[in-house]
Amino acid sequence: MTNLSSVFAAYVIGWGIFFIYYITVARRTAALRKDIERLKNSLNRGK
Amino acid sequence: MSGCALADLSGGSVLKKRILVAAVVVALMGFAAYAALFIAPTESKMGTVQRIFYLHAPSGMVALLSFFVCFVGNLAYVFKRQPKWDWLGVSAAEVGMAFCTVLILTGPIWAHPVWGIWWTWDARLTLTFVLWLLYTSYLLLRTLVEDPDRRALVSAIYGIFAFLDVPLVYGSIRWWRTQHPQPVIMGGAGSGLEPTMRKVFWFWVLNLVILMIFLIRERYALEAMRGEVQFLEREAEAA
Repeated sequence: MTNLSSVFAAYVIGWGIFFIYYITVARRTAALRKDIERLKNSLNRGK
Repeated sequence: MSGCALADLSGGSVLKKRILVAAVVVALMGFAAYAALFIAPTESKMGTVQRIFYLHAPSGMVALLSFFVCFVGNLAYVFKRQPKWDWLGVSAAEVGMAFCTVLILTGPIWAHPVWGIWWTWDARLTLTFVLWLLYTSYLLLRTLVEDPDRRALVSAIYGIFAFLDVPLVYGSIRWWRTQHPQPVIMGGAGSGLEPTMRKVFWFWVLNLVILMIFLIRERYALEAMRGEVQFLEREAEAA
């Protein structure tokens, strides 16, 4: 019983999930950073 | 002007540090994969497919650990009502879900060649699936409540109850007869691993714990920024 394809599939799926999750966190962080900049700029303009 | 430049500089240095940590995590994960595929000996009964074990079992352990961190965050929020505990709770729940998803997907890939079936509703598999559903509901619940304080409290109380499934998942293969194998790690007499397999296994556990800490930190920073956005929005409305 070798099932190399099963081992390959399991590791690709595992790594893929961790990688995709990290990318979603990084993208959300980047979007929030832009929001913070925008809000700070609008507050500074209002002063 | 100089303040802005300083902020940019510190942001850049923080970014560099985060990239460096991410690179170290990826390198460790790469070596762990190499150890699982080439250093660990081939198991005599199942053959090569048993190498999924090094990803599958530690993912399960780290998922339970993440849910424990979430539980601590939830409990602390109920008693202290400080946003940081809510941020920790949601961060650990989301990271735990990532590990739990890996666990639930890699299990059937391993089970099919060994058991001849993808899935069976035995105690361990069912309780793990229920765990996944419970924490999916935890994350969905948070999207339904608008008020931040109310959202934090409702999800903290729900999270404390969701955690009740964690000891059941852990104990299921010890208390009941299941299709899922009995524990080879922290099991009873006669359980255990060949020494090289054991080293590779614990190396994987260590790596995934490091990955968990890294992801929780990143997710926590995101939640803290969300808190800052809410604060600035209130300021903008008041101005």
